[in-house]
Amino acid sequence: MSIIDNINKLFDHRIRLGIMSILMVNEKVNFKRLKELLEVTDGNLASHIKALEKAEYIIVEKSFIERKPNTQYIATKLGRAEFKKHIEALENIIKKQMK
Amino acid sequence: MQKDYFKDISEIKDLMNKSSRFISLSGLSGILAGCYALIGAAIAYIYFLPKQLDYSTTSPLKIEYIILDLLLIAAFSIVTAIILTMKKAKNNGEKIWDATTQRLLLNFLIPLVTGGIYILIQAYQQHYGLSAALMLIFYGLALVNASKFTIGNVKYLGYSEIILGLICAAFPGYGLYFWTMGFGVLHIIYGILMYREEKRQ
Repeated sequence: MSIIDNINKLFDHRIRLGIMSILMVNEKVNFKRLKELLEVTDGNLASHIKALEKAEYIIVEKSFIERKPNTQYIATKLGRAEFKKHIEALENIIKKQMK
Repeated sequence: MQKDYFKDISEIKDLMNKSSRFISLSGLSGILAGCYALIGAAIAYIYFLPKQLDYSTTSPLKIEYIILDLLLIAAFSIVTAIILTMKKAKNNGEKIWDATTQRLLLNFLIPLVTGGIYILIQAYQQHYGLSAALMLIFYGLALVNASKFTIGNVKYLGYSEIILGLICAAFPGYGLYFWTMGFGVLHIIYGILMYREEKRQ
């Protein structure tokens, strides 16, 4: 088995990787904050969130703050585990390249 | 497929830090806070505190003046920290008031306000003896608690304050000296170390 097998295709994209990185160290993050941190457009961010949501790596929590909708994102157990696997795979590849 | 995985890793680290940790306070604000504390301590020593540690004397401790002195030191330090941090954030293109800052402040204030109220309650019952030790200990705990949300070595300043506070509690009567050491000297040392690190970057 090649170590490349552990590279998660879903994380092989800057924005999706970024969303997961942020959610790994924050309990909940809302759309606006993700947008600020990743410096992307609404549509772009929304489509990548959809992809992660579909894979059940993140869940969406909708609520209202002063009658304004506030959507928060949370990483699931599956998402966290997959992200860790992906990072380990990246580290292994880098180690191999160094040799 | 030769993708730059190094870049991926560094971007992950960067985002994790940016999203969960507030930018550090500047070293200069530490140095200035230390100086205010030294000046405040000197004023208290000269004007408000009894010269001899004789508890039988009738001269009452001018507790209101001491509290005012402490509040002024705190106010000057906080205003300085806010101004310098805003300046630094502006230079780095970072936002100052976001979820991370709010979490940082909340975690800093919980032990600090608890300690402050406790010390005031004790003071109103004429128990001043451990005030300096308690201030150092609770301030240290506040720093350690807040350090999870900031970059830098605030944690070690926190540990030092706690240790100093505990030693202070063991030596009644020397509160002012330990207080000056913790809030004055330690802040200045920490500030200089931070300042040198900032210059290097």
